[in-house]
Amino acid sequence: MSRAKGAIVGIGELKPQRLTQGVTTLEMIAEVSRLAVFDAGLEPAAIDGLLVGPQVGETPQHVPATIAEYLGLAPTMANVVDLGGASGAGMVWRAAAAIEAGMCEAVLCVLANNREEVAPRSPNRNPIREFDVPFGASGANISYALLMQAHMAEYGSTARDFALIAAAARANAQLNPDAIFFGKPADVEAVLASPMIASPLHLLEIVMPVAGGEAVVVISAERARSLRRPPVHLLGAGEKVTHRAVSQAPHLTSGPLKSAMARAFQQSGTRADEMDLLSLYDCYTIMVATTIEDAGLCAPGAFGAWLNDHDLSHKGDKPLNTHGGQLGFGQPDLAGGMTHVVEAVRQLRGEAGERQIGNAGLALITGNGATMSEATALVLGAA
Amino acid sequence: MSVDLNTLKTPGPTITALTRPFWDAAAKGRLTIQHCEDCGKAIFYPRPICPHCWSKRLVWKDASGGGRLKSFSEVHKPGHPSWLPAAPYVVGLVELAEGPTILSFILPGTRPLQVGDMLLLAPTAIGGRVLPAFKPVEPRAEEKPQ
Repeated sequence: MSRAKGAIVGIGELKPQRLTQGVTTLEMIAEVSRLAVFDAGLEPAAIDGLLVGPQVGETPQHVPATIAEYLGLAPTMANVVDLGGASGAGMVWRAAAAIEAGMCEAVLCVLANNREEVAPRSPNRNPIREFDVPFGASGANISYALLMQAHMAEYGSTARDFALIAAAARANAQLNPDAIFFGKPADVEAVLASPMIASPLHLLEIVMPVAGGEAVVVISAERARSLRRPPVHLLGAGEKVTHRAVSQAPHLTSGPLKSAMARAFQQSGTRADEMDLLSLYDCYTIMVATTIEDAGLCAPGAFGAWLNDHDLSHKGDKPLNTHGGQLGFGQPDLAGGMTHVVEAVRQLRGEAGERQIGNAGLALITGNGATMSEATALVLGAA
Repeated sequence: MSVDLNTLKTPGPTITALTRPFWDAAAKGRLTIQHCEDCGKAIFYPRPICPHCWSKRLVWKDASGGGRLKSFSEVHKPGHPSWLPAAPYVVGLVELAEGPTILSFILPGTRPLQVGDMLLLAPTAIGGRVLPAFKPVEPRAEEKPQ
C-alpha cells in the first residue's frame, strides 16, 4: 500500500435548517469550525491552514482572511477552493498536499451557508461592512492612511521619507515603455504636492487602477530542464494571514510579511541583503516602507535613511521594483501582485533589456492583500 | 466639517440577531462589547465564539467608554459618496480600555489630534442613527499653560 497522504482527525456538522433568520454564513462557519477542531482535541491556535469556499455576495473578496480574522486564526496557508460540489473532497486533497509541501501542519477545511427567505438587497455582510463603513471608513485608502500615520507617530518617519518610494517607482517606470506612467516621472516635490486623499496619504502614493493581465507557468524543476526557456527556480516561500480589517491588525507598523519573508529566507538559505532584486508589493508607499523594515534590510522605523543610502535603480546597489512597481506600472487589480513575479523572472532570465540588472541571481518577491493582512513571500533564483 | 452629520445618507450597519445588542446599546448612547467568561478577554466585533479560545460563554458588558487613539486619518476623498458633504472628517482606531480596538468616527477637539491621545465615547447621530463615536479628552483647566 502506498504511503498515507494525510489523515482526517476531526469532524463538525450543523443540523440542517430550511431557512435561517438573521444569521450570517460567517457565524455558521464559526460554529461548525469549533465543533471540528474541538472534536480533534486541538486548540484553535494549532490550526495553521485554512481552506474555505467562496462566499458569494456576503464576502466578495479576501475570503480566507475574513474567516481567519473572525476565528482568531493566523494561518500560514489560506485558500478558497471553488469546485462546486467537489469543493469538500477537493479541500481534503489540497490540505494533504499543502501539508506534504510544508506549507502548514493542521488544516481546517470548512464550508457553510445561511439561507434567508429574502436575499438582502446589498449582499455584502462582512464585519467591515457592519462595523467600519457606518463610521465613514470605506475602501483601502483610509486603512493604509491609518497604517502610515501609526508609523509616523511611532518612529517619526516623515512625508518626505514616504514620497521617496513613489518617486523611485516613477523613476524606474521611465525604463518600462509598458508602464502607465512611462514618460511621466514624478519627483518627491511632485508627490508631496499631489492632493491629500486621506491624511497622511497623497494621491501619488496610491496605485493607479488599470486593466491588465499577468500569468506564469510552473512545472517541476526536472521537466524544466527539457524546455527551451531558461528556468527560474522557486527556492523558498512563506505565507501568513493575520486579519482582514485594519482595526483587527495585531500590529500597525509591522505585518505578516515579516514571518512570511523569514520563512522564505530560511527555506532558501538566503538573506535579505543577498537579493539582487527586491520586487516588493507596493499598493501604497507605506507598504514598501514596512516591507523593507520587516525584511530586516534596516531597523524598524529606519526605512527613510535606508532609501537615502541606496540607489534603487537597475544600476544601483539595491534594485527595487525595476518595472516601476505598481506605483509606476499601474495596478491591474489582482494581477498587480503578479507583476512583481513576472519582472523578477525577466530579470533572472537576463531579459529585462534596458533595465537589466547585472548578474541577477536572486530575487525577493512579496505579495500583500487587504489591509497588510495577507502576505506571501517568494525567493526566486536564476538557473 | 460644518454639515449636520445626521442629515447624511450614509450606509448604516448590517445588523444580525447576534450583533443587535451592540447596535441597540449604541442607539441608547452606550458601548457594549462581549467578554469571554472562560479566557476573560473582551472581544470586538461580536462573534458567536471567542476568537481567542473559541469558548461560547460570551456575555455582554458595557465598556467604560475610555480609549486611546492608535491612529487616525483626516479623510478628504471619502470611499463612499454619501460622506462627501462631511469631508474632511476624521476616522480613527480606538483601543478601548478593555483591550479590543474599534474603528470609529472622531469628533474634533480643541487641539490637533495626536496618536496616543486619550478619547471618550461620544455618542453621535450620523446618517439618522446614533453611533458610538469618540472625542478627545480635553486637558483640565489647571493643566493649561499660564
